[in-house]
Amino acid sequence: MPVGILSYGAYVPRYRIRSEEIARVWGDDANIGRNLDVHQKSVPGPDEDVATISVEAARQAMRRSPSPVDDIGAIYVGSESHPYAVKPTGTIVQAAIDAGPYLTMADFEFACKAGTAAIQTGMGLVQSGMCRTVLAIGADTSQGAPRNALEYSASAGGAAFLLGADKKQVIAEIHHTASFTTDTPDFWRREGQKYPSHGERFTGEPAYFRHVMEASKRLMADAGTVPSDYDHAVFHQPNGKFPVAVARKLGFEERQYATGLLAPRIGNTYSGAVLLGLVHILDAAEPGQRIFMCGYGSGAGADAFDLTVTRNIARYDRGAAERLETQLADTTEVDYATYAKYRGKLVMGGDA
Amino acid sequence: MGVPRFWREIPQRYNLQASRCEVCQAIHFPPREVCPDCRRASIGRMGTVRLSGRGRILEWTRVHKAAPGYEKHVPYVVALIHTDEGPVVTGQVVDSDPASIEEGAEVHAVFRRLGEDGEAGVIHYGTKWRTARIAAKE
Amino acid sequence: MERGQGPRKRPDAYVIGVGHTAFGEAWEKSYRQLMTEAGLAAIQDAGIQGDEIDEVFVGTMSTGKLVGQEHVAPLLLDGAGLADLHIPATRVEASGASGGLAFRQAVQAIRAGGADIVVVGGLEKMTDVSDADAQAIASSGIDQEWEHFFGANDAALHALVAKRHMAEYGTTREQLAAVAVKNHAHGANNPLAQFRRAITPDKVLRAPMVAEPFTVFDCAPVSDGAACLVLASSGVVGSYRKDAVKVSGSGQASDALALHSRATTTTWRSTAEAARRAYTEAGISVADIRLAEVHDAYTINEILAIEDLGFVKKGEGGPATLEGRTGFDGDIVVNPSGGLKARGHPAGATGIAQVCEVVWQLRGEAKGRQVKDARIGVTHNTGGTGATAVVHVLEGGF
Repeated sequence: MPVGILSYGAYVPRYRIRSEEIARVWGDDANIGRNLDVHQKSVPGPDEDVATISVEAARQAMRRSPSPVDDIGAIYVGSESHPYAVKPTGTIVQAAIDAGPYLTMADFEFACKAGTAAIQTGMGLVQSGMCRTVLAIGADTSQGAPRNALEYSASAGGAAFLLGADKKQVIAEIHHTASFTTDTPDFWRREGQKYPSHGERFTGEPAYFRHVMEASKRLMADAGTVPSDYDHAVFHQPNGKFPVAVARKLGFEERQYATGLLAPRIGNTYSGAVLLGLVHILDAAEPGQRIFMCGYGSGAGADAFDLTVTRNIARYDRGAAERLETQLADTTEVDYATYAKYRGKLVMGGDA
Repeated sequence: MGVPRFWREIPQRYNLQASRCEVCQAIHFPPREVCPDCRRASIGRMGTVRLSGRGRILEWTRVHKAAPGYEKHVPYVVALIHTDEGPVVTGQVVDSDPASIEEGAEVHAVFRRLGEDGEAGVIHYGTKWRTARIAAKE
Repeated sequence: MERGQGPRKRPDAYVIGVGHTAFGEAWEKSYRQLMTEAGLAAIQDAGIQGDEIDEVFVGTMSTGKLVGQEHVAPLLLDGAGLADLHIPATRVEASGASGGLAFRQAVQAIRAGGADIVVVGGLEKMTDVSDADAQAIASSGIDQEWEHFFGANDAALHALVAKRHMAEYGTTREQLAAVAVKNHAHGANNPLAQFRRAITPDKVLRAPMVAEPFTVFDCAPVSDGAACLVLASSGVVGSYRKDAVKVSGSGQASDALALHSRATTTTWRSTAEAARRAYTEAGISVADIRLAEVHDAYTINEILAIEDLGFVKKGEGGPATLEGRTGFDGDIVVNPSGGLKARGHPAGATGIAQVCEVVWQLRGEAKGRQVKDARIGVTHNTGGTGATAVVHVLEGGF
């Protein structure tokens, strides 16, 4: 049974902080933004979190959706910054979109690939006939420790995908998915710690590059494809450099990966990163176009996907909700002090 | 706010679930048990209806001395919002261009954190409002 | 002219004793001490003995949240040493109108015929908690679920009322400031007032913002204080002070609690209704009124009050205040005590203190701030954003 995306939605908070501003405070090189190819990152407002971002993205997806909310058989939210350590974000999304209650749910975590893992699980539930449709969401409001390199990129955003098998409604069919997973501690956060830790340069070759390369090569072997078969390619984007490097290594060209590359404008939205890139592509995609996607999560694993846009996308009502590009264009810059206040990085008084 | 008290009102806070008097069709938010116009005639005849989340600013003010839990937002805007369906609600207007906040401005509902019962307590979510965005060039 | 309505046999209520503490930050005094001080002052002013008291009422907005104590009426009575007289004692609450409401309950107790001497006190101790907590508690009279929870505190809601009034009637910030300037000038002559220095309009306009358009000077302060009255029925009043003041009219009215549930925000129908009821009962018209103590928790409240009490036409409250028509040279002197703004606003005490002031004025005892030819005065006390309003008409010269 073919399975694919019936509808999608996205949300990126409006606040931005420039890399130069972070560098100014910590005395770092002013060019650090250029070196990472992250010029600014998105900052969640003081009343935003993974639940609110997931809800906004999910509501967008349902507003555009040809399929009713009552058909949703499962909701999976993947994140490494769920508001609760125990109590699923998914139930809040469920209540906010009025889904269920006869559905299944759990929250997912696998660093930046919790959202793609949710999609794979959703595919399985739909293909097995266990669920008519599944809502899979990847969203994060990830934190980087002050003065740490991650502070330049750890940002906020999320995307939601409604998965199903109705041939008349699928706008992008997912033909294949392949994953590569090993026990590789490149980046982690212990229970109770406010900020993650990472292995610095160890996060490159043995982690990001190895897993993305292996999963991508396996995907293309399974699908019998080569890079030139694809119109679009999007990779997990912890900064603007890694996805470009891995794309080139695999044999993709700039015209293919340009549309999905958002990290220079919004930073690394973690579980939302590759998915927001996919949304940006789908907003522009034409029927028949083929999309290559590979997400990566530290710890470590990569999930690769092969999608084809269907004719149904011509009928798909993107205009029923605000486009991603509108959210990316309408921003408010904040300084480091405001950013620290919003992100809870200030030590407040006892009665605060 | 205690756990059951907040939980009970999730449909109202998340989804603006209102009541409609089946006698006179008036819509009320927050939902009522009895219609103030029809009174006794409306007992047992109050249905539910969702507000669309669209409305216009009736009046607004910018608050500098925060209500409890709103300290990080100071200064923040609260407004009386006349929803399209009729009821007037009180709410915070967030993430909007200050120049766009004026009497008569169109607003729509967004989903946000309203507060929490301390660091270890339940998080309260619900509806805030924002004015229209500038659309990107297609 | 016919005075009073209702059966002729119904007793009238008179105020024969008044007393209130200095209002302000009373660090050294607990709420019990404040109430005892005011109570003893009123009892001595009335010249009564403890065992003559038939009933007691106490008005307080929130002793529960401010000092952790509910069930305060018997506690306060015990503080005055009267516990073993087993006098019926009742606590009354309507946010900022708690004092006025307690007064009305006392008046009705006398009119019901079951009590000849009734003592009624009002009290609030607001500085035992932090300022932020006091402000939050002072907002407990608005809709907690649907207003306060969404970030709209008491000041923000009143600011919305002010902005509507400015939009609908052209009221200006200068006119709002004129309320504060006048009341601080009046308070300068009141030895019990919290603030006793005149201020300029500029000081009001340039002060830190609270909720636009209000600055700190548009808002009544957080205060400690207690006030007390002794009432006597017409049956026994002859045995007490010759200058007893008659409660010739008592009116109370309610409205929807939340501002968003009102048909209009710029007229407080509760005030208008309570006034109509009190004036009708007293058989007076506005032309008879010489002074009024109104509930200026925020400057806009006084502007609305003088309109809704009928002193000026709707929309003219701002210009009338700026022109000085509510000062000592005006036809009706509004808030000769300094009002909530300058006298202070220990929430539950305010409604009682307003009566104290009118009584002193009608007796000719308001040294340094005496209103000339004061024979009929009005008190106006509201709760929240006008969900409760209590208006009384008091007459001297009996």
